[in-house]
Amino acid sequence: MNISIAAMLGQLSGGMIGTIGIFFATLLFSLPLGLLVAFGRMSKIKIIQWIAKIYISIMRGTPLMLQLMVVYFGPYYIFGIQISASYRLGAVLIAFAINYAAYFAEIYRGGIESMPTGQYEAARLLGYNKGQTFFRIIFPQVIKRIMPSVTNEVITLVKDTSLAFSIAYAEMFTTAKQIASSQTSIIPLVSAGIFYYLFNLLVAVTMELLEKKLDYYK
Amino acid sequence: MSLLEMSHIKKSFDGVEVLKDISLKVEEGEVLAIIGPSGSGKSTLLRCATDLETPDGGDIHYEGKFGLVFQNFNLFPHFSVLKNITDAPLKVQKREKEEVLREARALLKKMGLEDKENAYPYQLSGGQQQRVSIARALAMNPKILFFDEPTSALDPELTGEILKVIKDLAAEQMTMVIVTHEMNFAKNVADHIIFMDKGIIEEQGTPEEVFGSDNARMKGFLGKLATDK
Repeated sequence: MNISIAAMLGQLSGGMIGTIGIFFATLLFSLPLGLLVAFGRMSKIKIIQWIAKIYISIMRGTPLMLQLMVVYFGPYYIFGIQISASYRLGAVLIAFAINYAAYFAEIYRGGIESMPTGQYEAARLLGYNKGQTFFRIIFPQVIKRIMPSVTNEVITLVKDTSLAFSIAYAEMFTTAKQIASSQTSIIPLVSAGIFYYLFNLLVAVTMELLEKKLDYYK
Repeated sequence: MSLLEMSHIKKSFDGVEVLKDISLKVEEGEVLAIIGPSGSGKSTLLRCATDLETPDGGDIHYEGKFGLVFQNFNLFPHFSVLKNITDAPLKVQKREKEEVLREARALLKKMGLEDKENAYPYQLSGGQQQRVSIARALAMNPKILFFDEPTSALDPELTGEILKVIKDLAAEQMTMVIVTHEMNFAKNVADHIIFMDKGIIEEQGTPEEVFGSDNARMKGFLGKLATDK
C-alpha cells in the first residue's frame, strides 16, 4: 500500500525524535565520562593509566557498529541472558557513550597538556588547592582550546547516530530505510539526508556561537 | 627577625649541581637582590625558596606567607584584571567580599591601573600585566614578595614602570627578594645583594661592598656587563 508523502514524513518524525534523543543523551554521558577517562589516562598510577590507554585504544580502534552489536547481543551470547527489545535504546546509549568518551578523553588530554605550567605555578603560589586549580583556572581555558575539536566530534556524532540501525533501533535512518523499501520511494532517504544536514547546520551554528562567547579573552 | 632562612640548600638536575650549599637570611623590611650570570642558579634558588622546586638537601624556614611575581606574569587570561586580584583572597583565603574588593581597588590605584579593572590581561601592555600580577600577589598580604626577573620579559621602555613600583614598595618597608639583571636597580633599591656564580654565593653584602668587591668573578661579571653596553 502506498502512503502519501505527508504520512511518510509523519512516520519519519518518530525516527527524528530517536536520533535527537541519542544525540543529546550521548553528549550528556560521554562528555563527563571522557573527562574521567582523561584523568585516568594522565594518572600517575601506572595501572590506571594503562587501563585508560587500552580502553581508548579499543574504542577508537574498532568500528562503532561492531561495538553496538557487542553491547546489544553480548549479554545473550556471553551470559545467555534473554535480551528484551526495550534494551535496544539502552544498548545504543551505552555503546555511544563509551565510544565517544574515548574520543573526548583524548581531546581533553590534548587540551590539558597544552596548558602552560606557569598557570599551575601561579595557582599554587596563590594557595589554590588541586580541585580549585583545575576547575577554576585550568579547565575553563581548556574548554576554549578544545572547542574546534569538540565541534568536529559533535558533527560526526550527528551522522553516527544512523549506526543505531545496525541493531534495528528506530532512529531516523532505520525508519527512512524501512519506509523507502516498503514504498519503493527515494523520498524518505532524501528527507533523512536533509534532516541530518539541517541538524548539523544547527550544531555548527550553535558551536560557533559558543566559540564566539568564549572570545572575550585570549 | 628573619622572615626567611635557607640553610645548606642543594639542588641538582640530571646530575648537574645547580645549587651547591647555599645559605641565606632575609630580615623583615629588607630588600635582597640576587644577581649573577645566566645559569648561575639564581632562578633555581628562587624556585626553591618559593616551594616550586624541592631542594635535594638543606632546610628552609619561613615566617608567614609569601608571594611570587613571575617573569612572564602568569596572569589568568580568562579572568578580568579585578578577578585576577580578588579570586584567591575570596576563594582561597575566604575573606569578606567587600573588604577584598576595597583592597583590590586600592592596589589597582597604587599601580596606576584604576581604569583597567574590567580589562582582560590580553588587552594590557606587558608592563601593565606585570603591575596586575604584583597587585595579585600583594592582595594575599604576603610577608615576603619574591620577584623572578620581573622586567626580563618587558621592552626597555616598560622596565622603568615596574622598577618604580618595586621601589615604592621598598619605601613602604615591604620585604622583598628580587632576582634581577638590572644592576643599577639592584644597587639603588637593595639593602643586601647576593652575587651568585656556578651554584655558589661568590659575594654578598651591601651594594657598596658587592660592587666594590675585589672578587675576580664579580669583577669579571661587572666588566662583561659594562662591555656589553
